[in-house]
Amino acid sequence: MFFPISNSHINPLYLVVVGFVIGILGGFFGVGGSFIAGPALRLMGVDWNYAVGTDLAHIVGKSIVAARKHRSLGNVDLKLGMIMALGTIGGAEGGAQLIQALKRAGNVNTVVSWVAIVVYVGISIFMLWESHTTLKLHKGRTASDAKSAASKADHSAFGPVTKKIQGMKIWPIISLPTSGIQISLWTILAVALVGGFFSGFLGGGAGYIRMPSMVYVLGVPTHLAVGTDLFEIVISASYGTFTHAIKGNVDILIALVMHTGAVIGAQIGVVATQYFAGPKIRLAFVPLPLIGAAIVIYTLLTGHKL
Amino acid sequence: MKQDAAKSLRVFAAELAIYAVLVTGYFFLVLHLLGGWLYRLEVQHRVVYAVVAILLIAGQAVVLDAVTTGLFRLLRRRWR
Repeated sequence: MFFPISNSHINPLYLVVVGFVIGILGGFFGVGGSFIAGPALRLMGVDWNYAVGTDLAHIVGKSIVAARKHRSLGNVDLKLGMIMALGTIGGAEGGAQLIQALKRAGNVNTVVSWVAIVVYVGISIFMLWESHTTLKLHKGRTASDAKSAASKADHSAFGPVTKKIQGMKIWPIISLPTSGIQISLWTILAVALVGGFFSGFLGGGAGYIRMPSMVYVLGVPTHLAVGTDLFEIVISASYGTFTHAIKGNVDILIALVMHTGAVIGAQIGVVATQYFAGPKIRLAFVPLPLIGAAIVIYTLLTGHKL
Repeated sequence: MKQDAAKSLRVFAAELAIYAVLVTGYFFLVLHLLGGWLYRLEVQHRVVYAVVAILLIAGQAVVLDAVTTGLFRLLRRRWR
């Protein structure tokens, strides 16, 4: 099938399968899947600028489906998502500006690659330690405890630090009844700014940073963090799609085809979250940033863009 | 329990088959018709194209979500 906007020939079945895989990951982990979608489009000969912009458009559609499903399961904190969207957009602009500055300095590829490797590997190691410790601590639970494993009550080995962060009473304090927490507005905005910054700096929706930050820093239960992150990604990725489309980086026809596969995948991913407890979802998340790191290391060592 | 899982799997497989037929039709009818128009819009009116692109992907998300949910419900009811 010929896609005139990006001037590329791609088998639509390939796009549907890629969308399906990313849909499952998105529905289950609340991530955009840009670390797979970008290289997958590049493999088919789509230019990087189109791969980045088109992926963002596809993320909008996929996140709408997954966020709607999560909302029907009571996994979306709308108030938290709206506040975070403001911080994310600000942070994304900051990240994009730093990219421009590095472009002018002439070392954008090296700096971004190393930051990406450190961030991806760091997140994986931390989440592996935390989820493994949490699962070990709760291994000796009774049968009734185990039965409620998939409930929204969440346990984390990082809990004491999260409690300290929640205890910082810096005005204004925001009450989030859906997430069951009370926290300073500035803490929420700081988390969103950091997530947005990495979204602008490393590309994609940066769910691999935002989802863990919501769990460990804000103390949001994992199921709610996944759903709220997806809701927030709808807003921030729409903004990203708009700016990229104006710059001529979006082939919406490719995004529409990919999205047909993502719809089914996202539904499977969302339903699957109901059968896993928070720490198990976080443990299963560990390999995802490592895939991103492996791709970046490959491009650094070989000089090839996937 | 096992029967329930088998039934869900059967419903899902049927949903996937019907969905595949619908999507194939969608590729050939809608995308072929829209392709030329979107290409011209992208070249001549970028801002309008940006707005249309977001509306299209959001609209498709809502419609396909409704289609798959409806299909799943319909098939479950038929095979109950």
